[in-house]
Amino acid sequence: MREAEIGRLLAANLLCALAIVLAAVVPAVFLDGFSVLGTHLTWLCVCSVCVATLNIILHLILKPNQSPKRRSFAHKISRFLKCCIYFFMSCILFHAIIVLYGAPLIESVTETFLFAVLLSTFTTLQCLCLLGPNIQAWIRVFSKNGAMSIWESSLQITSMCSVLGAWFGAFPIPLDWDRPWQVWPISCSLGATFGYMAGLIIAPLWIHWNRKQLTYKSR
Amino acid sequence: MKLRSGVFASSCLLVQALGVALFLRGFFPVPVRSVPRREARTDPPAEPAPPGTGMVSNWTKIPPPLFKKVVIVLIDALRDDFVFGSKGKQFMPYTTQVVEKGTSYSFIAEAKPPTVTMPRIKALMTGSIPGFIDVVVNLNSPALLDDNLIWQAKTAGKRIIFYGDDTWVKLFPKHFVEYDGTTSFFVSDFTEVDDNVTRHLDRVLKREDWDLLILHYLGLDHIGHVSGPNSPLVGPKLREMDNILKKIHISLLSKEEASLPNLLVVCGDHGMSETGSHGGSSEGEVHTPLLFISSAFEKRSAPLVQPEHVQQTDLASTLAIGLGLPISRNSVGNLILPVVGGKTMREQLRFVHLNGFQLSRLLQENTPAYEKDPGYEHFKIAEKSHGNWIKLYLEGNNSEILLNLGKKVLKQYLEALKTLSSSLSKQVAQYDMYSMMVGTVIIMEVLLLLLLSVPKALTKRAEFEVPLSPPLFSLLFYLMCLMLCAVHVIVCTSAESLCYFCSMSWLTAVGVMMLISALTCGILSATAKIFENSRLPPKNPTVSSSSWSEVDVLILAGTIGHVLSLGASSFIEEEHQTWYFLINTLCLVLCQELCRNNFLLKECDLQHSTNVKQNFDSIRETSECKNIDIPAESNSKLGKATSSSDLIKGSDKWISLATPWIILICCRLLRSLNQTGVQWAHRPDFGHWLTSSEHKSELSFLAAVSLLMIFFLVQRKCSLVSKIAMALGLLGVYSYRAAIGNVIFPWQHGGKDISKGITEARFVYVFVLGIIFTGTKDLLKSQVISADSNTKSRGLWEVYSGLVLLATLLFRPHNLPVLVSCLLIQTMMTKYIWIPLKFDAAQITIMHYWFGQAFFYFQGNSNGIATVDISAGFVGLDSYVEIPAIFLTAFATYAGPFLWAIHLLCYLSSEVSRNSAAVGHGCFCYALMRSIPVAIYVVLVTGLRYHLFIWSVFSPKLLYEGVHVFITAAVCLFFTAMDQNHT
Ligand SMILES: [Zn+2]
Ligand SMILES: [Zn+2]
Repeated sequence: MREAEIGRLLAANLLCALAIVLAAVVPAVFLDGFSVLGTHLTWLCVCSVCVATLNIILHLILKPNQSPKRRSFAHKISRFLKCCIYFFMSCILFHAIIVLYGAPLIESVTETFLFAVLLSTFTTLQCLCLLGPNIQAWIRVFSKNGAMSIWESSLQITSMCSVLGAWFGAFPIPLDWDRPWQVWPISCSLGATFGYMAGLIIAPLWIHWNRKQLTYKSR
Repeated sequence: MKLRSGVFASSCLLVQALGVALFLRGFFPVPVRSVPRREARTDPPAEPAPPGTGMVSNWTKIPPPLFKKVVIVLIDALRDDFVFGSKGKQFMPYTTQVVEKGTSYSFIAEAKPPTVTMPRIKALMTGSIPGFIDVVVNLNSPALLDDNLIWQAKTAGKRIIFYGDDTWVKLFPKHFVEYDGTTSFFVSDFTEVDDNVTRHLDRVLKREDWDLLILHYLGLDHIGHVSGPNSPLVGPKLREMDNILKKIHISLLSKEEASLPNLLVVCGDHGMSETGSHGGSSEGEVHTPLLFISSAFEKRSAPLVQPEHVQQTDLASTLAIGLGLPISRNSVGNLILPVVGGKTMREQLRFVHLNGFQLSRLLQENTPAYEKDPGYEHFKIAEKSHGNWIKLYLEGNNSEILLNLGKKVLKQYLEALKTLSSSLSKQVAQYDMYSMMVGTVIIMEVLLLLLLSVPKALTKRAEFEVPLSPPLFSLLFYLMCLMLCAVHVIVCTSAESLCYFCSMSWLTAVGVMMLISALTCGILSATAKIFENSRLPPKNPTVSSSSWSEVDVLILAGTIGHVLSLGASSFIEEEHQTWYFLINTLCLVLCQELCRNNFLLKECDLQHSTNVKQNFDSIRETSECKNIDIPAESNSKLGKATSSSDLIKGSDKWISLATPWIILICCRLLRSLNQTGVQWAHRPDFGHWLTSSEHKSELSFLAAVSLLMIFFLVQRKCSLVSKIAMALGLLGVYSYRAAIGNVIFPWQHGGKDISKGITEARFVYVFVLGIIFTGTKDLLKSQVISADSNTKSRGLWEVYSGLVLLATLLFRPHNLPVLVSCLLIQTMMTKYIWIPLKFDAAQITIMHYWFGQAFFYFQGNSNGIATVDISAGFVGLDSYVEIPAIFLTAFATYAGPFLWAIHLLCYLSSEVSRNSAAVGHGCFCYALMRSIPVAIYVVLVTGLRYHLFIWSVFSPKLLYEGVHVFITAAVCLFFTAMDQNHT
């Protein structure tokens, strides 16, 4: 059963990675002059939307957290709204942290915000899909040994890799090479994307290799 | 011999400081160039002899002068676009007209970095490129001993008059028949410095009793420093300069007789960057205009396209020819040919021959293999064809052919000159490799020794056995000593170039050799011991398997990352970004640690705690950074945290959770206070906004509020007497700033006369000394009479607050918020983070070090020389007094790291009750943190010594690192002294 689940996880993650690659290539067919570096803002939007949609769809299909309870429609709506609010708040929070890290406060605010959206897509949105708007569950997952399924382990790994990728992505900014990708926030968003993709690939492999040690306590 | 880790670390750092000093001495050699000027002046070369026998040229003397009177107008910080650009057209109409239509030649002279006034004057007058070390001695410029134009002119009996920057008077004492120096210290003075020069002008221009007049105008530079090149003050100043040039030019023209024309030279010593400072190598800083105006030149017919580029050093040779003087020996400049273009071909050839001869002789004196140098070969060829030309000339050949042939020879000469001076310019970067190597070896050995002793130094007792006698009496030690001495003798006898380490007395050299051997033996024995220990079965396996927390990982990664970043010039220029980035991440990790302490435990205790929701933001964010795969850790953390969670209760908990965010916001605000570095330095920042004259009232308000906050943050641990002294001292600081015109009193509206504020500053000094004295008295009391830790910590705090008061006095008023944030962050960190989270001394030390580094940049410093605030060295002093000025400048520059280090001492000695070795650990870690970057950097810089940016980026950073080592050594000694009391 676990092997099969790891397979599903791998498939889902590879699909996500493929979506990111496609998001960088396909729009060039429809949009004139589209390129990841040239029209970075468009790419940020496209990438976020693609990853978000795919994540939601995968979540609906695979249903990794089977919740047996049938919920009323109203409850679902309120849940959805809550999710939206949480997502928005996480964007704001990421934006604030990026500004604290030294991003300009007023100029290029769109760039910063879209970068925050991208980061939220890579991290918060997955949490929302998997765990719902349930902060305690989030805290549990992101604490030591808190993961209770391979899906949650994967969530941990991808989120961490995205954030780390963005962190490392800031390194080349001060270099005086005058390359187009050193412009704010391109290197950071590329770093986050590569980190996320790396996380997507690492997660199933890591879980596969450590499947002996991983003992998920059930509730 | 048993040593405590503090003592060990301080002695290591002292040895390292010695190594750094030796390295610096080798890296910045006092330029050893040609023989001293007063000795053995050989006669000028004759014209090359024509081949064959019989004919000899009769031109054996220095050619006669081409100009009668020469006026040099040096406008400090005159950038090329101030004359040739749109500003010049707008504000300097007369000069523009002369440049475009008059009898003039205009060039863009490139200055070599460091673009600071004194080395630039030296370059202009000697034609040589002064070494970097000249910047360091810029402050008390000693007399110029090299051969130079002024000295030559004086020896030739020319009468020289000088008005302007008194640097000249110090550089050329007793050279001027008449002079009036103005000090360039009061940067806020735009008019008086120039009026001081101009007021002599009318009188001097009427007189006939001079040959060379030098005027150095400082006003433009001061305007640049205060408000940048685009300031509205620049225009009127340029107009003023234009009028002066017009006056001089007309007067020179009117005086001209039939005999010889006069020459007016207009130049800048350096330009200014977009922010108005100078010192670096940006385009605006190195490009200066150079105008030659004389009726001897042909009237310009075609409009000027783009001025040709020449080197600043070319002026010396050109002027020497123009004045009929020998070219200075060390000059690497080329004759600017158009200036002598009006002369006959024979004369022109004679001039370039003289220049080439001087350059090739300089090359002979400096390179053993000079004959293989392409420039030298070119010169020899050109000389030969010159001889042939002379032969034809003396035979009275056809003038047309002769002229064409002459042009060809001239071209050959020019080619040779260019190659010669470029290969000579390269030689300026000659390093004293031997001294550098010895220094590096000492530094690296100390680092190794420190690293090897980490496990022992950080034990509970912070004490370890230093096996001093076995290595000292071992055969190895003596063998090494002998070998090194032999190497020393071989190197010193074989080296052609002078080397500092060889010039030391042999006793000192042997001492250094013994030191190196002793260090090597120490390292070997330490390594051997570690191997021995590792072979034994470990006594307590738990120690070795101790897990790493996120803070540890970050500290390690940050230290390594920072050290590696020093290899890239951009990362050095933007080093502040590295530190801001690191402390930001540190704050986020601390926040996560706090959250874990506050929430996770509750989760364990009562499954569904209710108050989790509220601060979910911070939790979620930080938990992402968490490592997920170290199972052992949570247990230890749990145990640690259970005890501490009891301490944090109620509102304190929320304050403690908010602390990292408050610190982050503080840091973000400080970051936009002073833009430093290179790439983003031109961005607008609060600092410039505050210092501009329109916002004086805002600045005053900010300064007053900051002073109040400093008082409240500092006073809480002081005795009553110090509190009062502190309050009075801070009042004194405000009145000092008001006296020198930086801030205003609310009741004072009109312009008050600006003084130097000496009385007020000295008033503050009295209180600084008083507070430090009280603190020292308490410290001594606790040490001698009673081992009372209360008295001791109060004493330490008083010393600390005295230093804070000194920093308040020295900081520019717009930088006072930096000091406030420093105190605020220290207070909050101590209360809400370090004490509750129970970090160990090593972690806290490293965090202090990081924050100290970040504050170094927050106060507006950078790794360039231009940002050193020299005016701090003059606070409360009438004139330049070397020792206090150096001390005050160093303190003001390193105030950030220094205050954090002293705060660390205060904190750790209050922690002694918990961990008796805290101070020792702190001292050790502090020394280690300093010696890692400096050791690696020394190696990097040695490898990169021919890098393009070595002078503009790497050398200033090396100086900063070196000074920082000395300061840290002093801090560590203080640590050790404080540590002593507790045994
Ligand atoms: Zn200057
Ligand atoms: Zn200046």
